[in-house]
Amino acid sequence: MTDHTAVVVGGNRIPFARSHGAYSRASNVDMLTAALDGLAARFGLAGHRVGEVVGGAVLKHSRDFNLTREAVLGSSLDPHTPACDLQQACATGLEAAIYVSNKIRLGQVADGIAGGADSVSDTPMAVSDGLRHALLAASAAKTLPARLAALAAIRPGDLVPDPPGITEPRTGLSMGEHQALTTTRWGVTRADQDELALASHQNLARAWSEGFFDDLVTPYLGVTKDQGVRADTTLEKLAALRPVFGRGEGATMTAGNSTGFFDGAAVTYLADADYTAERHLPALARVVDAEVAAVDYTIGGEDLLLAPTYAIPRLLERNGLTWQDFDLYEIHEAFAATVLATLDALADETYCRERLGLGGALGEIDRTKLNVNGSSLAAGHPFAATGGRIVATLAKLLHQRGTVDGRPARGIVSICAAGGQGAVAILEAC
Amino acid sequence: MPAKRDPLEVIATTPLVRAVASSPIGRSVATKLGVPPAVELRRGRTLPKGPVVLAALHDAMIAARTLALLRVDVIRPVVDTPDARTVGESGRPVPPGYDSRIGALVLDLTGLRTVDDLEFARGVLRPAVRSLEPSGRIVIVARAPESYDELEPGVIAQGLDGLNRTVAKELRAGATSNLIWVEPETSPQALASTLRFLLEGRSAYVDGQSWRVAAAEVADDVADSTRPYDGRLVAVTGAARGIGAAIARTLARDGATVVGIDVPASGEALASVVNEIHGTALQLDITLPDAGDRIAAHVVDRYGPDARLYAVIHNAGIIRDRMLANLDEKGWAAVLQVNLAAQLRMNEALLDGRPGGLADGGSIVGISSTSGIAGNKGQANYATSKAAIVGLVRALAPRLAARRITVNAVGPGFIQTEMTAAIPYLQRQVFQRSNSLSQGGKPVDVAETIAYLADPASAGVTGQVVRVCGQALVGQ
Repeated sequence: MTDHTAVVVGGNRIPFARSHGAYSRASNVDMLTAALDGLAARFGLAGHRVGEVVGGAVLKHSRDFNLTREAVLGSSLDPHTPACDLQQACATGLEAAIYVSNKIRLGQVADGIAGGADSVSDTPMAVSDGLRHALLAASAAKTLPARLAALAAIRPGDLVPDPPGITEPRTGLSMGEHQALTTTRWGVTRADQDELALASHQNLARAWSEGFFDDLVTPYLGVTKDQGVRADTTLEKLAALRPVFGRGEGATMTAGNSTGFFDGAAVTYLADADYTAERHLPALARVVDAEVAAVDYTIGGEDLLLAPTYAIPRLLERNGLTWQDFDLYEIHEAFAATVLATLDALADETYCRERLGLGGALGEIDRTKLNVNGSSLAAGHPFAATGGRIVATLAKLLHQRGTVDGRPARGIVSICAAGGQGAVAILEAC
Repeated sequence: MPAKRDPLEVIATTPLVRAVASSPIGRSVATKLGVPPAVELRRGRTLPKGPVVLAALHDAMIAARTLALLRVDVIRPVVDTPDARTVGESGRPVPPGYDSRIGALVLDLTGLRTVDDLEFARGVLRPAVRSLEPSGRIVIVARAPESYDELEPGVIAQGLDGLNRTVAKELRAGATSNLIWVEPETSPQALASTLRFLLEGRSAYVDGQSWRVAAAEVADDVADSTRPYDGRLVAVTGAARGIGAAIARTLARDGATVVGIDVPASGEALASVVNEIHGTALQLDITLPDAGDRIAAHVVDRYGPDARLYAVIHNAGIIRDRMLANLDEKGWAAVLQVNLAAQLRMNEALLDGRPGGLADGGSIVGISSTSGIAGNKGQANYATSKAAIVGLVRALAPRLAARRITVNAVGPGFIQTEMTAAIPYLQRQVFQRSNSLSQGGKPVDVAETIAYLADPASAGVTGQVVRVCGQALVGQ
């Protein structure tokens, strides 16, 4: 078998919009299609049969069982392009990129597109289990009396629609409530969280004004820029916000240092390095390796959002790297406190020894290398779209750096996900 | 793309006309009083239905050879002479005529020597204009006035300009007349693209114009190609909508791989155009100092380290209309930056020989405007920028001649775009009827003319500004 190298060619996303706003009438299929079409235009993929398109959504209608394939059929790509739906909560976009790069590395496809879309505005709503059971029984009934008897079982309370859960089914706690526990446990301060949020806004605003996103974003429905970014925010403004998660002393998480609800879609174009040369495609960064981990947050009481702390050391060890060996760190800002707790945990001797089974702490990192062009706090976080946003952003940043100390610039992506999971990947500049 | 406004705005924007035009009743009355519906022009790569008449003075051969190269069959002309006339029912003399409608008259006057020779032109034109089919064509081929050493033929050749413009005004039902000036050395191969363009529907909205086709090396197969852009890369700025989108589509139809460029904010529309024609999109503000570098980088990135652009179509432009009395430095600079300065900068970068830049033997096409040629109230900034494009074409063409790069421009008149559709009904009627074809042009008309100018077979066409205005009443 010949060696295959998977590289990030580029990416495309639509600007992330506040939910119930500009994209309120757009479905996940619509947004993913738009993201694919923008990518196709950028790289001349109209009419091209891509090896496979892989994507998903966290909030997904049952009718969208073939979300990604439907988006492909609605796009300018060759309809012979196969597609597959994949979902891993907020890590969906990154997991999709890992899936595609693995297929490329195995030589199964020469190119592929990974991504995801999510709409909080177009959230599916289910009927209650009571109503659903009654309707199913009625439809199965053979006679009219039997049908009526089945329907008679419906109680008024059954008529209340069942919105999708944003709480962890096993704990009943929301993501924010889980993070609040972690925030308190790790003693992450309000000031540190606000400072991280401010940096995210300032960095993203600068990147936009520098035109960094000119070849990463295609406008959609009149929105030309991420709606979450607040170039004019200040520590004072952030400090004035009321906490929304946690209690008492531990109530440090506000709407300013937590991600809000957004709609959006993002895709990344990956290909075999040889293929990029053949087809005259750019190669921004090589996908070096990836690791996914999960924590026992139910019985074991571990931190729901700190699964990446398990994935990172395993990935580092496999690649003979240390936590300090990166020029750029992209740690998804579900909450400012998630990023800070992740960094604290990896610098904590006891946690690294006892929880992670390591010989000692991984240590601190140079914070000036972290989320240098902003992250989810400013850009917004349409769940499944975040991975695509980060992978493309990091690949472009690495390509711009080129080499550092005579070796390719190296970066790491870390995304925490519901269910106590976390996906991490290493990229290296081409 | 900016709305192409006609100076007749003076009439159409008077408060009374404006008020009447905007009212539902006024609109209905205007419709009923019957401004007649405009004739549907023949468009696309279509030849006239009727036969093409070839009339050559003395021993002139270039038109005949060019038509043979294009495999266009011709018939002999009917000539009006006193002897050929018959007496009609009313007792008046009737000139001789054709048995049926003719599609076009190609009048080769390159053999012109004396004032008396002009009688031949009259004698051929008289029966022809009486029998010309709708969207028919008169094409006059003559030697450029300055190409004569002798006085008399040079003087007469210039006189043909007035003849052509008058024929164009007298023709009806979408028929057009245009004049092509050639050099003694211009070959049939070099003339072919121009003659084909003028006979075909592609020149639908070009009327009453005259321009030059110089001598140039053009191979037979190049001269006769209907997909002249096969394997060629063309960059189009402002490609997301309107005229720019039409240019991209037309060039793609003729075989080009198109790099569509537009501001990042227009990315969605740009992606849709580019995907439709299987090109690539470059979201770029062309006023950036390094816009040319970025275009070249995109070309190399997407099409390989040795790739070069065959042509650049500078279509992007904006309007910021203000009467001079109200025009501040911002409204002035914005238009001059986008419409002129950006173009100069991009040309400089793309012409320095770098990979991804413009190839030798390539082409640059700019967009001027009726406003630039005639001036237009409220458009001091725009008219300045558009007249400067004429200057750019004239100055750059000779400088790039050694590299066989042609530099030309189109001058659109009233073109129907989304933007001009917003003008109130009556006002719009006044604008679009103020030309010999009594209708507005379509974006594709501008696009077709650009595709002709940048055609590899049009190597002999450089330094020219071809108006696409239906022979608008204003300007030249």
